[in-house]
Amino acid sequence: MRDYFLYGFAAIAAMLLTWNLHHIFIDLPPVIQNVGAYKIVYMHVSIILASFIGFFVSLAASSIYLATGNLKYDAFAAGVTEVAVVYATAGLALGSLWGRFAWGIWWTWDARLTSMLICWLMYLGYLMLRQAIPEPTERARLCAVLSIFGGVGVTFVYKSIEWYRTQHPAPVLSFRQGAGGMGPGLETPIYWNLLALLFLGTAMIMVRMRQEQVSREIDALRRIAHSHAA
Amino acid sequence: MDPREYSYVAYAYITAWVIVIAYVVSLSFRDRKLRQELDRVRRMVEKS
Repeated sequence: MRDYFLYGFAAIAAMLLTWNLHHIFIDLPPVIQNVGAYKIVYMHVSIILASFIGFFVSLAASSIYLATGNLKYDAFAAGVTEVAVVYATAGLALGSLWGRFAWGIWWTWDARLTSMLICWLMYLGYLMLRQAIPEPTERARLCAVLSIFGGVGVTFVYKSIEWYRTQHPAPVLSFRQGAGGMGPGLETPIYWNLLALLFLGTAMIMVRMRQEQVSREIDALRRIAHSHAA
Repeated sequence: MDPREYSYVAYAYITAWVIVIAYVVSLSFRDRKLRQELDRVRRMVEKS
């Protein structure tokens, strides 16, 4: 049953992405079609937003773990964070390519880009910390605290494009404070991409949850084997 | 759109999808490794 959902989410994501790519590259008005930077922005904004949603979900799951002590929430937070880091990596790469195209440089140390890089490094630290601590409850507790700190950092990154007027463009989505650039009708592909990425992310998180379950089973069997040996 | 713009758009989409697909492939390798480990530990428990 769970596999049907997994394949279903992946199939919906693939269909939405294909349809939306067709929309971005073929259906949009010629004014937009002729500006290559827009096509990168459609993917960059949606993938960064998907990663932020993932980091906030991880923050919520980590908080629930600290409140309840249930390791399932820790496993869920780990899966969500891993997928969100993958999205953030792709978002940073897309942003860098957009910067090379629009500004002629791969990177600049402005507040918005630097804060995102710091957040990304913090979450890489989270994933490394998970590998470094063998004891499950200690690992879960420390990682949950780090995830909450990371969530605060992500809030800062999200608001930084409204607070700081630096080289990074102002928000493009109309619901954001200080937004400018895209017309409301032209924003729609960003939301479709976001929805597709959320479906794809859910499928990947389901796989990660299953792997965490198998890992716990392996740990339990190892303990049994060691107790028999002793 | 000039050819330079096309190449940047292509690089951007290829980079993003290579990162996501590489992760999906790594998930599948990890899945296989975990299942092999589970079988090995099960056999170890049965023997003991």
